[in-house]
Amino acid sequence: MTDLRVNLAGVMLKNPIVVASGTFGFGHEFADYYDLSELGAICAKGLTVAKKDGNPPPRIAETPSGILNSVGLQNPGVDYFCAHEMPYLKQSGTKIIANISGNTLDEFTELAEKVSAAGVDLIEVNISCPNVKCGGLAWGTQPESAAAATAAVKKAATVPVIVKLSPNVTDITAIARAVEAAGADAVSLINTILGMRIDVNTRRPVLRNNMGGLSGPAVLPVAVRMIYQVACAVKIPILGMGGVASGADAAELMLAGATAVAVGTALFQNPYAPIHVRDELQAYLEQHNIPAASALTGAVMPY
Amino acid sequence: MADLFDCIISTKQTFGGCTELVLQNGALAACAAQGQFLHIQCGDQTLRRPISICDVAGDSLTVVFEVKGAGTEWLAAQQVGAVVNVLGPLGHGFPLVCGRILVCGGGIGVPPMLLTAKGAEAADAVLGFRTASREMLTDRFRAVCTDVVVMSDDGTCGKQGFVADGAAELLKKHTYAAVMACGPKIMLKTVAQAAKKAGVPCYVSMEERMGCGIGACLVCACKTTKNGEEGYRHVCKDGPVFAAEEVCWDD
Repeated sequence: MTDLRVNLAGVMLKNPIVVASGTFGFGHEFADYYDLSELGAICAKGLTVAKKDGNPPPRIAETPSGILNSVGLQNPGVDYFCAHEMPYLKQSGTKIIANISGNTLDEFTELAEKVSAAGVDLIEVNISCPNVKCGGLAWGTQPESAAAATAAVKKAATVPVIVKLSPNVTDITAIARAVEAAGADAVSLINTILGMRIDVNTRRPVLRNNMGGLSGPAVLPVAVRMIYQVACAVKIPILGMGGVASGADAAELMLAGATAVAVGTALFQNPYAPIHVRDELQAYLEQHNIPAASALTGAVMPY
Repeated sequence: MADLFDCIISTKQTFGGCTELVLQNGALAACAAQGQFLHIQCGDQTLRRPISICDVAGDSLTVVFEVKGAGTEWLAAQQVGAVVNVLGPLGHGFPLVCGRILVCGGGIGVPPMLLTAKGAEAADAVLGFRTASREMLTDRFRAVCTDVVVMSDDGTCGKQGFVADGAAELLKKHTYAAVMACGPKIMLKTVAQAAKKAGVPCYVSMEERMGCGIGACLVCACKTTKNGEEGYRHVCKDGPVFAAEEVCWDD
């Protein structure tokens, strides 16, 4: 019997498959398809202090083996989440990760305090959203501001803190080391890669926001590379993500250094994607006589 | 209940610049309602393609679509006997109302109005096309509707003019319980204005670039006003059909 459990920053997940923030809402839509307790963890839609309407449409564009999105953090606000979504998520039978996004350090602290009190199992700090004018990516591109946001969350969080890193930087290991030094319990990567598409007939960008974040199978090799680099640079665990659509993809991210793996864009094609990824990962482990999923983490044999 | 279904293509034909596929799947057909859509996997495209349900009969569902890009091109190339994977039926479709209704369709917005007309106690239709070569499904509408008015931009079929012009005429002639419409946004806006003028409730099927199709990813945003509050709702789950007075037309 393969042991699928993994320990992510002190929180035991029943399997390494997490659903990525922004692709799973607050879970309701997928409960029609399978029991949410099948998942290793749910990373909920990103939250801000105040309710946010998001960007005008179109918010999505297809790309070769991927998509661009510019939702712009549409969410009902942290207070609504704590009062109306957490009671549902808490009884889902899986671990809950709140994803928080602040415009100021005080907002990060407030968000951390509120979601901690609401009973989430982990907090993911979004310092890498490419689709909002204030906050977002601005925090995640310099080691100093990334560390400051991390420290502001750690000040109020009563649960382990994951910092979500942006790939839109020159050296992701410098950011990873900075947030580790500021007290992050884990890092997650990669957020989307900033991209753009133009309709050649209208000469207009496809996205109303002009630019958006690239995700899907196209970004998988970038995720593998960055996870590998970060795993070599820090001691804290990694929640890996970026184009995972199969068990082999999940195994690849784990071999590169991830402790757990999030499925995101693949959900747009198939709501069952995380279940399939989990089952395929289990089959892979059995086929290779690997007794525990955790044995994969960082087990790549680099040249 | 919406789920993933494999459907065999049993009939294929082309007309009016569009492709019609009849898909066989009893379980899917049994739960499909007027105005809902199917999210169809098109080859190895990253995203599914949302296509409105045109008709349901027994174990079969009909979809009619226009080739717009690589996804619909793949779908149009599939032959009878091929299997396509469908997520559906999805979305909130047109409401069932008592009494006579007026259905309005423009271009590729015509197909979903057929099942809607069939589901009504009595229905009239206004169907708009760019030009005669784009005309489609009018015979099938005539079979289930009392009055069918065809409009075209260039006057090569039916009367020259817009769908809203035809709708305004019928709204003067008959008493309707509701107007239901699908088509380009400007057509929906003008039909909604005509319905409002006549004091008839109007429902419109909106379109927006879509992701997951089930309400989780929030990309297919449509600005609406509900209970006095303006904000984005989502075409895939809250819609595609909205009450016309809730839609912010000039957004």
